[in-house]
Amino acid sequence: METFFDFFSFRDPNVRYVVLGSILLTSSSAIVGSFTFLKKKALVGDAVAHAVLPGVCLAFLLHGTKNPFILIAGAFATGWLSLVLIDIIVAKSKLKEDTAIGLILSVFFGIGILLLTMIQHSGNAAQSGLDQFLFGKAASLVGQDLWAFAAVAITLIIVVAMFFKEFTIISFDENFAKSIGFPVRALELVLTTLTVLAVVVGIQAVGVVLMAAMLITPPAAARFWTDKIRTMIILAAIFGSLSGLTGAYISYIAPAMPTGPWIVVVITSIAFVSFFFAPVKGILYKLLRQRRIKNMMEEENILKLLYKLGEEKKDFYESRTISDITSKRGFDLSLLQSRMNKLRRQGYLNKLDQQWQLTQEGKDKGQRIVKLHRLWEVYLTKYLRIAPDHVHEDAETIEHILTPELESRLEKLLDYPELDPHQSKIPYR
Amino acid sequence: MIEQVQNPVLEIHDLTVSYDKKPVLWDVDLSIPSGKLVGIIGPNGAGKSTLIKAVMDLIPTNSGYIKLFDQSLGEVRNRISYVPQRETVDWDFPASVLDVVIMGRYGKLGLFKRPRKADKEVAMECLRKVGMEQFSKRQISQLSGGQQQRVFLARALAQQADFYFMDEPFAGVDAATEKAIITLLREMADQDKTVVVVHHDLQSASNYFDWVILLNMRLVASGPIESVFTQELLQETYGGKLTLLSDVSDLMRKEQYPHREAK
Repeated sequence: METFFDFFSFRDPNVRYVVLGSILLTSSSAIVGSFTFLKKKALVGDAVAHAVLPGVCLAFLLHGTKNPFILIAGAFATGWLSLVLIDIIVAKSKLKEDTAIGLILSVFFGIGILLLTMIQHSGNAAQSGLDQFLFGKAASLVGQDLWAFAAVAITLIIVVAMFFKEFTIISFDENFAKSIGFPVRALELVLTTLTVLAVVVGIQAVGVVLMAAMLITPPAAARFWTDKIRTMIILAAIFGSLSGLTGAYISYIAPAMPTGPWIVVVITSIAFVSFFFAPVKGILYKLLRQRRIKNMMEEENILKLLYKLGEEKKDFYESRTISDITSKRGFDLSLLQSRMNKLRRQGYLNKLDQQWQLTQEGKDKGQRIVKLHRLWEVYLTKYLRIAPDHVHEDAETIEHILTPELESRLEKLLDYPELDPHQSKIPYR
Repeated sequence: MIEQVQNPVLEIHDLTVSYDKKPVLWDVDLSIPSGKLVGIIGPNGAGKSTLIKAVMDLIPTNSGYIKLFDQSLGEVRNRISYVPQRETVDWDFPASVLDVVIMGRYGKLGLFKRPRKADKEVAMECLRKVGMEQFSKRQISQLSGGQQQRVFLARALAQQADFYFMDEPFAGVDAATEKAIITLLREMADQDKTVVVVHHDLQSASNYFDWVILLNMRLVASGPIESVFTQELLQETYGGKLTLLSDVSDLMRKEQYPHREAK
């Protein structure tokens, strides 16, 4: 706990740098990744991420130091090369894009690991720490490295802000963008460059193996919460930052621990929470909604049934027993009791010594459902020419869906018919 | 029956287009007068969409040239509007109806400029014209097919162009939308704007268009509807597949032949 406060009080300037750095790296990757996600290029991001490793190693081999600018340049070069090769394979061979991506990803990563192993066995003292590019290490982000990577990250954010309108339109409708004369190829080139750069800076925090998660998972999670592209990108940046911050903390308290996997665990948890709990699009919301509809239908069915009993007995306000109700229609008994109690609380039913009675409001509501049921049956037979013995089942559902607006349209269209196809009287008020 | 006109707004000269070396349109030569509602009609795979994509420079051509208002596309782009097929975009994209219609202003705005208040007003006005103003804030994935097509039409209107190319605007839309769209297109043609529409329903075509281009891998006919919409020409467009022509096309792809000999 003590380290927790040490860390989050940000007293130690080193901690401040690490936090600032990892938030910048992860949020800039998430912002650029939002467009990778919208353009459905998630796998391309993964290929680039793996392809930067040989670049980092080659840059080190040629220059002999871990100067961040040299390493970034090397990573950038092989990252770009991988994209060009994927394009060439797709254009010139019969292979499809997924195959090309798979090929390039593994070849580049293989060469990268080969070079890395060579460097580690070369006895060069300067090499220690290069392997951090595999799984990331946010805590080592200090001094010159931090400034270099932070500068690139800030540039990324500024360029995306500048090109926001242009990137949006090439992601949504490329042909239209071409037709109004936008330089689509050039814009694609800029976006691809940004993606490569985002990968290059992001690997410092997450490492090459898991970098794709930093590009794609934040926007995928954010998409569940909003339908607005601006909000989505801002949320993606926040989600990215949160995971970056956690990664930095883990890296601070447990220096032996690789940061990348932790960041990925955090961002994936955020994605799962979004998937289940986001309003409207989340699974839980959908389930709750379905349950609410089912309850509503069952409650309306009870009132409808009591109304129909009243119709038969020519007295709507007489008290009925539970068995009167269940004799007409199979209800789940345990749920029936609680539903009827709910209807009582809502003022649709009265309860007098184990007997149930419709209130005025309950009768009106039941009557409306019965009316809608019978009107819909008339509509189906008259306008869809469906046989009268086939219309009941449809009307059982539709009676609960029709809004007051549709109700009055239906009444006008059919001109207030007297009887339904089964010769039952349609009860108007 | 190919009628060439004086002062055409669109002139296509000897146009050939291939996909992966396989010619899909052979030597098309046509011209269109101003202020007409033009239908491009032909069976599936006839190259109807290919023709307007070639005009919009969205796909490479093998030979020939295209002139709009007697100039190249690049010089008159501001006067041209293109409506892609509805299915070519992802309607799950995080955007509202108004966002999409405002894209129609991007050509006039140019790069790096944000839409201004005036652009939003134009976009709203165009939504009103297609009867969608109450949907302006709606997420586009919640629209029906007909509503999506209206949004695309509103985006085209927001371009305030003189020449419109529309790829299958009537595909998968309800009857009310089809009627609303054709009424709008008719109004536009009456204001001396030219509207070219890819269409594949012969039945309605005879009521909709003033000028018809019959296409089936090559140009069968181009001219006023009364002289082009004849039994004989329709038979030539739809009946009797040109088996020899498509076999040659297939062979060209298989052997990867160039379409024109190197000069």
